[in-house]
Amino acid sequence: MAHGKKSDEKIVFVGDSRVKKSKGFIVPPDYTAYPGKSEAFIPNFLLKEWMVGVVFLVGFLVLTIAEPAPLGFPANPSATIIPMPDWYFLFLYEYLKLPYASGDYVVLGVIGVTGVAFGALLLAPFLDTGKERRFYRRPITSSLMILAIMAIVYLTNGAWTHYSNEMEATGQKAEHIQREEEAREKRAKGLPTTNAIATKEVAIVEKEDVAMESYKKAGCITCHAADMKGAAGPSLRGIGEVHDKDAILTIIKEGYGDGKMPPMYDNAIAAGLTDKDVDHLAEWLAKQKAE
Amino acid sequence: MFKNIYNWIDERLDVTPIWRDVADHEVPEHVNPAHHFSAFVYCFGGLTFFITVIQILSGMFLTMYYVPDIINAYNSVEYLQTQVAFGQIVRGMHHWGASLVIVMMFLHTMRVFFTGSYKAPREMNWVVGMLIFFVMLGLGLTGYLLPWDNKAYFATKVTMEIANSVPYLGPVLKELMQGGTIVGAQTLTRFFALHVFFLPAVLLTLLVGHFIMIRRQGISGPL
Repeated sequence: MAHGKKSDEKIVFVGDSRVKKSKGFIVPPDYTAYPGKSEAFIPNFLLKEWMVGVVFLVGFLVLTIAEPAPLGFPANPSATIIPMPDWYFLFLYEYLKLPYASGDYVVLGVIGVTGVAFGALLLAPFLDTGKERRFYRRPITSSLMILAIMAIVYLTNGAWTHYSNEMEATGQKAEHIQREEEAREKRAKGLPTTNAIATKEVAIVEKEDVAMESYKKAGCITCHAADMKGAAGPSLRGIGEVHDKDAILTIIKEGYGDGKMPPMYDNAIAAGLTDKDVDHLAEWLAKQKAE
Repeated sequence: MFKNIYNWIDERLDVTPIWRDVADHEVPEHVNPAHHFSAFVYCFGGLTFFITVIQILSGMFLTMYYVPDIINAYNSVEYLQTQVAFGQIVRGMHHWGASLVIVMMFLHTMRVFFTGSYKAPREMNWVVGMLIFFVMLGLGLTGYLLPWDNKAYFATKVTMEIANSVPYLGPVLKELMQGGTIVGAQTLTRFFALHVFFLPAVLLTLLVGHFIMIRRQGISGPL
């Protein structure tokens, strides 16, 4: 309606906006100042821009469907993982590892160079005060920015290469990939895929069974604790959901997790348990299921 | 009928000038990609705003499920990701949008920089724009911790070490951010509050300033 000439509007405006024309203030340029094909923002231009927006949105949604947002395992302070910030912080992360930005020079790194660079960026209009706008006529300003961009690309690439090499050297896989693979395997076996932290306590099944005594005697309690909630080793409550009897027997005999748990069978025998007792213990452990 | 309703409101509130300020202006030829294809570089600012709107909307839906405590944070994100209908897509939009907004903002900044648009009389708008950039980085930093998985936890520990190495203020800054001596329950709630209330409030205020200044000063002329 803003453009209608013979409308019944109460107030009719002339010119661009309601900004008052007064001495000393920057008067918004009348668009006749730009000769050529200017067009109304609403609706003409906005509709075209919205078309660009729709194309963009489709691409964006295709990305979100094709590539689900990553999620690793729940935070565990004793986990061994190579720390990695989000990609747009990588250049800063890598930069702060440079010899002249870390160690004895950490103040220079954190405050000095970073402060000057970001400060200069923030105050660019007050440093580059010439009237010239074209970048090729402002060689110093432009080359400083191009240099900064090149440094950012170089540092980001360095950080990523470093990270990939380290991952390869330690044989690690990114946790979100690991989680997805495990979830796929579990799903194929019909097991629950969740890594959620248990909030409800799982009760010990058949607490009065003799196996509880074997559990204490055989030395399991040193790592898995007397209440089976785990200490150095993981909790064994509800372990039957993860392993069956045969798997548990194998774990007792051969250990688990690349030596994280040693083979305990000989220990158990030395503590006076018989092979039958161990077999019963494994059977009892396999019965440990939530509800 | 709409005209009558509009006039009824306008008589009481005088909204026409506001409406005209917001919407009634013309787009000059040199920034319109329909006339000069190279003018697509002038779209980056608008696209940044578009993604910011997506971020706000998807974030609002995420808070319907997300619980900011150290046990339920991961559980709720996992539930949202694997169980909730369209949860994966909404979280995906928020996750990828966070990266895209940085990309678009960078491109927009470069356009303004290399066309020298920050020169008089638009110095203040450049400064406000840079502050928006810093707030966006802050949003990225605080949002990264919220899923409370190992990647988030250890990255935040590194951030805290960096904050700690600032001379004099470092230890105070670190303790203020993590709300204690370790990265833990307090850190998570603090980052959540920053990410959802404090920083968006600052961001919206700055955006309003950014847009008002654009309207007052107009788009910079052709080179």
